[in-house]
Amino acid sequence: MPEPILQIAGLEKTYPGRGAAPPVKALENVDLEIRKGEIFALLGPNGAGKTTLIGAVCGLVRPTGGEIRAFGMNLAHDWRKVRARIGLVPQEMAIDIFDTVHRAVTYSRGLFGRPSDPGRVEEILRALSLWDKKDAQLRMLSGGMKRRVLIAKALAHDPDLLFLDEPTAGVDVELRRDMWEQIDKLRDQGVTIILTTHYIEEAEEMADRVGVIDKGRILLVDDKDTIMRSLGRTEARFTLDAALSAIPASLAREGLSLSEDGLALVYRGGDGAGGGKRAVAEIAQTLARESIGYSAIDAHESSLEDIFVNLVKDRPEIAA
Amino acid sequence: MILGFNTRSAAAIYQRELVRAWRTVFGSIISPVLTTCLYFIVFGAAIGARMNEVGGVSYGAFIVPGLLLLTLLSESTANGSFGIYMPRFTGAIYELLSAPVSVAETLVGFVGAAVTKSLIIAAIILATAHLFVDYEIVHPFLAFLYIVLVASAFSLFGFILGLWADGFEKLQMVPLLVLTPLTFLGGTFYSIDMLAEPWRTVALFNPIVYLVNGLRWTFFEQSDIAIGVALGLTLAFLAACITAIWWIFRTGWRLRE
Repeated sequence: MPEPILQIAGLEKTYPGRGAAPPVKALENVDLEIRKGEIFALLGPNGAGKTTLIGAVCGLVRPTGGEIRAFGMNLAHDWRKVRARIGLVPQEMAIDIFDTVHRAVTYSRGLFGRPSDPGRVEEILRALSLWDKKDAQLRMLSGGMKRRVLIAKALAHDPDLLFLDEPTAGVDVELRRDMWEQIDKLRDQGVTIILTTHYIEEAEEMADRVGVIDKGRILLVDDKDTIMRSLGRTEARFTLDAALSAIPASLAREGLSLSEDGLALVYRGGDGAGGGKRAVAEIAQTLARESIGYSAIDAHESSLEDIFVNLVKDRPEIAA
Repeated sequence: MILGFNTRSAAAIYQRELVRAWRTVFGSIISPVLTTCLYFIVFGAAIGARMNEVGGVSYGAFIVPGLLLLTLLSESTANGSFGIYMPRFTGAIYELLSAPVSVAETLVGFVGAAVTKSLIIAAIILATAHLFVDYEIVHPFLAFLYIVLVASAFSLFGFILGLWADGFEKLQMVPLLVLTPLTFLGGTFYSIDMLAEPWRTVALFNPIVYLVNGLRWTFFEQSDIAIGVALGLTLAFLAACITAIWWIFRTGWRLRE
């Protein structure tokens, strides 16, 4: 297996408490490995530590413990080489609004030590549909365009690893779809992408692998499909024409229960990858075979969101 | 990369800062020049015509180094502070902090641009001064070096202010409440030998006195303070500013969380 593009081991970040307030642990013993060429979605509620984790890798946050290695190099020692290959799209619209699009992107390329290359800058601007606006001041652009400029700036030095911190936070549905397309194109170009989001739909749509972080701890990291298979569930409710006193032996299976009034059969089970749906179909066939009448089936596949909510709910606060 | 110095990054910051200055050309260049012209009209032409010579130099010419320094200090401080404060204010500082850029490259970019702007202003002021008074610079090369030194020291000082300030009010506070009064009381318009005791002794505690007299010496070879002392103090101030900035970047104070 090739060496991961990014390895984080035992990463810690504790913010000193203000005044009499106790210190706050933003990251606790975080271990994470990112594979080359993948889209990795880091999920977590607000304040989970997503931005702190990105900041630690990108040099915005000073970790209080642990080690970060990228491209086989230790970030603490080879920070210059490592940073030259990382791009960051921040969550906030942090730009000089009086700059023009072209100048802003050209500046970013130079800042990261790359030689001037107007052709490459044009290529990036065209790919992000910004070329027509190249001479426009950033203050004249729409919110969506400004976000694209932030992406263009992050891509100006051709990074191998790109961080997108909440890339679609606060944008409308159309623009969100547009952003997803842009991210997909970047993946096709071989850029490894780590995106943080609290939109589960975004992770479900884009990611190859998903990590869940909450209260500074990584709770889960796995392939998205594996998570869906291992933690996904199907829930189906059969509304019966007549009440049953007990589940017939021919229907008995794990996950099937009868409602208290006997008028509904409820199935909860499956593996999130078709197993549950098959079970529901079998139950429907058995009901027909046994001549047990039913008037409705309400079936529901658990989403990544359900899994995420189950993972992060009722977790205790980290003691500082 | 030359000897471990990332020239491209430094050049990118430098060019961007100069573009920013050009964007605000009135505030950056025309405004300080206009203000200095007004000083020359009031103190040089109007009042100066009724004043005696100071140390064998006409009063109009005598105030040229002081007026130059007055603008140089305020402009260098303002340019140095705004350059780094604005990205902190907008949040765009993230890009600088995540880039493969060292303290030295950051300083060359930001402070280099601030010094360049100050030198352009200094050149325009000196040319403008010729319209009002006749003067000759006895040691033009030394004067140039001294102006570069003072512009560098105060651009670095401004850079520290830009890192320290957490609001526009703080950014303006030190230049308005500390620098300007000290400059006016630092012998800009007079020789401290004109002061009676104990004010002459008190004036020696004003660091600006040494800067004004250092520059005045390069102009007219006359000064209230030994040139070596003035030069030594200016270099010490420069070194103190560089040390403070190095510490700020090393600890991440006000920069990194």
